[in-house]
Amino acid sequence: MAEPTSSSGTGNTPREGSVTRADTVRGYADLTGEVESKIVEQIGEQHARLVSRLSEVGAIIVIASGKGGVGKSAVTANLAVALAARGARVGAVDADLNGPSLGKMLGLIGSQLEDRPDGIVPAVGVAGVKGISTDLLIEEGVPLRWKGPAHDQFVWQGVTEAVALREFISDVVWGPIDYLIIDIPPGTDKIGRFLDLVSEVGPSHLQPDQVLLVTIPSEVAGAVVARSATQLLEGGVPCIGLIGNMAGYAQPGRDELLPLFTGPSAGDIADAVGLELWSEIPFDPVFGSRTDNGDPAGAEGDSIVAQVFTDLAERVEHGPGGREEKK
Amino acid sequence: MKFLCIQCDEVMSFSDRDLPGDGTITALFSCGACGREMAMLTNPMETQLVTSLGVEIGGRTVPEQPLQQTRSRLDTPRDDAFVDEEATLAGDPGSSSTIPATEHEFVRIRVTWTSEATDRLAGVPKFVRGMVKRIYTEYAQEKQIEVITPDVMDRARSDLGLEGM
Repeated sequence: MAEPTSSSGTGNTPREGSVTRADTVRGYADLTGEVESKIVEQIGEQHARLVSRLSEVGAIIVIASGKGGVGKSAVTANLAVALAARGARVGAVDADLNGPSLGKMLGLIGSQLEDRPDGIVPAVGVAGVKGISTDLLIEEGVPLRWKGPAHDQFVWQGVTEAVALREFISDVVWGPIDYLIIDIPPGTDKIGRFLDLVSEVGPSHLQPDQVLLVTIPSEVAGAVVARSATQLLEGGVPCIGLIGNMAGYAQPGRDELLPLFTGPSAGDIADAVGLELWSEIPFDPVFGSRTDNGDPAGAEGDSIVAQVFTDLAERVEHGPGGREEKK
Repeated sequence: MKFLCIQCDEVMSFSDRDLPGDGTITALFSCGACGREMAMLTNPMETQLVTSLGVEIGGRTVPEQPLQQTRSRLDTPRDDAFVDEEATLAGDPGSSSTIPATEHEFVRIRVTWTSEATDRLAGVPKFVRGMVKRIYTEYAQEKQIEVITPDVMDRARSDLGLEGM
């Protein structure tokens, strides 16, 4: 019988007639050598793949809000196209697994993915933006459903979706790109989940380089965005900009904006939340229609919204991890 | 997770895994000192919790494939999501794998598929066919099997715990 190596065990005393055992049972930390379940090693390998893939990404740009229906995906699509129009190499991840829309907005639908040993070759959409979305993987018109025990799905579904998001980043052959834009679904928990994912991969990508929180001029949206901002600030994310979407109604061909909401402006929300206002994007029905139909204009044209995205793309380029910032 | 033989104070070694196909797992561990064995049994929920992490108890027998967890767990996958590999399967059944050398130590041999094996592979949903083909090919290469037959596929399924493929 081996000598007990620790006094931290449970101190079991053999019962009369029972099998002889060590006087103390060693705890997990006392055991050295190979871990037979190999689970930790496998998770380590997953992280290593993520690190390797992100090593070719110039900057991670996160588009989030916490609130739904504020236009995160539309902002993502148009910013991606605006950056690509400036010559940047852009990839986009639709992290909204249950309500994907980025695939359609970027014109990815209908593309087939290529299965290669080194990863999945992403679809290429408008302006050469590469993208991955559950839109490309699940049947049209059906909700996302995972295989597994039907009862108590809430227990395992979150883990499954976190793994899927990790694979969307680590298993896709992005190649060398300047920006990987992540479109985070509604829910402040989803922001936290993504931060957890990247924060485990090492110092080189401990945080997203830039996080853009999208709001609309609404008290309710502002309150949710405030929660998201608090979470990001507590997580130590250094660069957070506020995007005020639907900041007035831009009539095609006219310069003046009509009000859409009566709530606080994006500037007011930025002040209240303590964030810097990066951009205010008016609602332009033509712009919106093009985005919905897989042809986001980005910075194209001379409309008010195009100018806004031109400025936003430039700001991102000069922000942390941006091409201009690296010069 | 570790298992300790408290009689011998030895960490038990993973020895075998069985996937009956009902969502449960039987993982066998044995003590290298006394030979005593124990079985860890999981119910479908516990199995799901572990597999949701994208890991396999006892370690991976084949390298994880791209998007493997996502693809294998989607309940309603799009059948045409991936570029069709029919041409390489049907047109050239004798084609070898195009997988580049990895960290595996075995010598990569040219692997061919019999028409029966090719037919059987064609029955796998397109969504995961490429991934499944690669797994069988790597299994054959590791075992130095030059021709993949349905029997080899059965052995691979058993050895690798691929009952779902």
